[in-house]
Amino acid sequence: MKYQPVIGLEVHVELKTKSKMFCGCSADYFGTEPNTHVCPVCLGLPGALPVPNRQAIDWCRMIGLALNCQLASFSKFDRKNYFYPDLPKGYQISQYDIPFCDKGEIILSSDKKIGITRVHMEEDTAKLMHQLGISNFHFPKETTFPISNKEKYSLIDFNRSGVPLVEIVTEPDFENSQEVVEYLKKLQQIVRYLDVSNADMEKGDMRLEPNISVREISNLKSQISNELPKYKVEVKNINSFRFVEKAINYEIQRQGELLDKGKTPIQETRGYDEVHNRTVSQRTKEEAQDYRYFPEPDIPPIRISESQISNLKSQIPELPTEKKNRFIKDYGLREDQAFQLVETRKIADFFEEAVKIGKKFGIEATAIANIMINKRVDWSRMLPAELVEAIVKSKREDLPAMELENIISEIIKKEGSAVTNYKRGKSGSMEFLVGKVMAQTKGKGNPNQIRQKIIEKLGEKS
Amino acid sequence: MAKFDIRHTAKLANLGLSSEEEEKISRELEEILSYVNKLNEVDPDLIGVEPTSHITGLENVTRPDETSPSLTQTEVLQNSKNTHNGMFKVPAILEDL
Ligand SMILES: [Zn+2]
Repeated sequence: MKYQPVIGLEVHVELKTKSKMFCGCSADYFGTEPNTHVCPVCLGLPGALPVPNRQAIDWCRMIGLALNCQLASFSKFDRKNYFYPDLPKGYQISQYDIPFCDKGEIILSSDKKIGITRVHMEEDTAKLMHQLGISNFHFPKETTFPISNKEKYSLIDFNRSGVPLVEIVTEPDFENSQEVVEYLKKLQQIVRYLDVSNADMEKGDMRLEPNISVREISNLKSQISNELPKYKVEVKNINSFRFVEKAINYEIQRQGELLDKGKTPIQETRGYDEVHNRTVSQRTKEEAQDYRYFPEPDIPPIRISESQISNLKSQIPELPTEKKNRFIKDYGLREDQAFQLVETRKIADFFEEAVKIGKKFGIEATAIANIMINKRVDWSRMLPAELVEAIVKSKREDLPAMELENIISEIIKKEGSAVTNYKRGKSGSMEFLVGKVMAQTKGKGNPNQIRQKIIEKLGEKS
Repeated sequence: MAKFDIRHTAKLANLGLSSEEEEKISRELEEILSYVNKLNEVDPDLIGVEPTSHITGLENVTRPDETSPSLTQTEVLQNSKNTHNGMFKVPAILEDL
C-alpha cells in the first residue's frame, strides 16, 4: 500500500533577551552555576507577581510579522495547568485562544506554502537532570511507602525557568522530511536575521516537535481526500535537523507497516532514540491531556495599536528571500549564488560592502560573488576592502605574459621620445612608460613587474 | 448539569481524596458551579457589560528588558530538605526512552 505522510510541526525558539519573561533574572543561563539566576517569580513562590518583558513580546510579534502572520490587536496570557517538577507553579504561563500572531506562512523553494497556524509567547521550564544513585530523601514521618536506599532521583536547576520562549505551530502541510528540514532552516535563518534568538540547536535554543500521521494514497481521489488521519503521533523535543529527519522517516515507515497489517497506529507521544535511530513510546497518561487553560489573573491583557504595528514592521530588516531576489536583480547573480550569499546577514553585508568598493576598481559583483562562494580566497578573516585588494592583485597576476610583452613592445615603439629621455637618465620617463602600459592593460599587471620588463626590453635593443 | 467528575478533577489537581471527601467536595463544587452558571443567564447586550477576564481595567502592564539581581544559590535552596550540587533533588521522574 502507498501512503502519503501528513506532518505538522511545533518549534520552540528561545529568545535572547537580557532578562527573563516575567522577572528581572538574567536569561543567559547557559553554562552558569545552577540556581543562581533565580528569584521568587521564576521559582514559583506564592505571592510573586509576574510582569511581562515587553522586548520579548515585541520580538514574538516580529517573528510573527516575518512569517506573514496577522497580529492580534487584543491578546492575553493564560495558565496551562499540569504537574511536573520542572514547572514550580503547577502551571506554565502561555497563550491559549488569542496568541499574539496567527495565520502566517513560509514558502518553500518549490513554491509550496507551509501554513503557520500561530505564533505565541510562553515561558521555558526548569532543567531536569536524571541520576541514578544513593538517595537520602527526608520523607515526613507518616510516609508509609517503602523506600529503598538505591533510588533514581532527579535534580532541578531553575536558571532556565521563565526564559522567554516563542512557539511556532504549523498546519499539517508537510509531506516529507525534506520539506520539514527546509522549513526549519528557513525559520532558523529568519529568527537569526531578526536577531532575536541565536537559534543554536546544540544549546537548545530551538526545540522541534513533529507530529506525524499517514493516509492511504488511494483515498486521495475520493471525496474525503482532504480529511486528516484520525490519529497523530507526536515526537517530542528533538534538538537537531538531522534527527528530526530521521525520526520522521522512521515514523512514516513504522506507521505504514502497521496500516499494512490492518492496524491503526495509536495516538501517542514518542521520544526519539538517537542511538538506535528509532522512536519509542513514552509512557504518558492514557487519558487525553487536560490543561484547563484559563486567563492569567496576574497579568492584565495586552493590546497593540495600528501605529505600534507599523513601528514594529519598520524594525524588520530585509529578510533572506527579499535579499536574495534583490541580489539577483541588482547584481546579476544566479539564484544559487544569491542563495549562498544571503545565508547570514554578515555574509550578505560583507558581499555588498565588497561590491561597493570593487566598483571603484572596475570589479564586477559577479566576480566578488564567485570568489566568495568558491572560497579561492579565505575572506572569513578579511575586511571587504581587503578582499577587493586581493582580487585586484590576482587580476594583475592573471594578465597573460604574451599579452604583456606585446603591449610593452608597442608602447616602446610608440613613445620613442620617452624612451630616449629615459636613456638620457630622466627617471620620470620610466614612470610615464609604465603608466602607458598600465593604461593599455586597463590596470592589470604589477607595476614593478612591468617596469622590470621595460628595462629588460630596452636592454635587449641597445 | 452533568454530574461533576470529582475524581478526574482531583487527579488533575494532584489531590488524593478519601471517599467521604469526594462526596462532600463534589456536592460543594456542584453548588458553586451552578451558582457561577447563573452568569450565563445574563444577556451582556442588555446590561451593557462585556464579558471580561480582568476587572481592574489595566492593560499593557509590562517591564523593559532589564536585569535585576537574583537570589543567591543558598537563599534559593534554603527551604529545601533535599539538595545536591546546588540543585533541588526530587524522586526520579520517569523519562525512559
Ligand atoms: Zn526570576
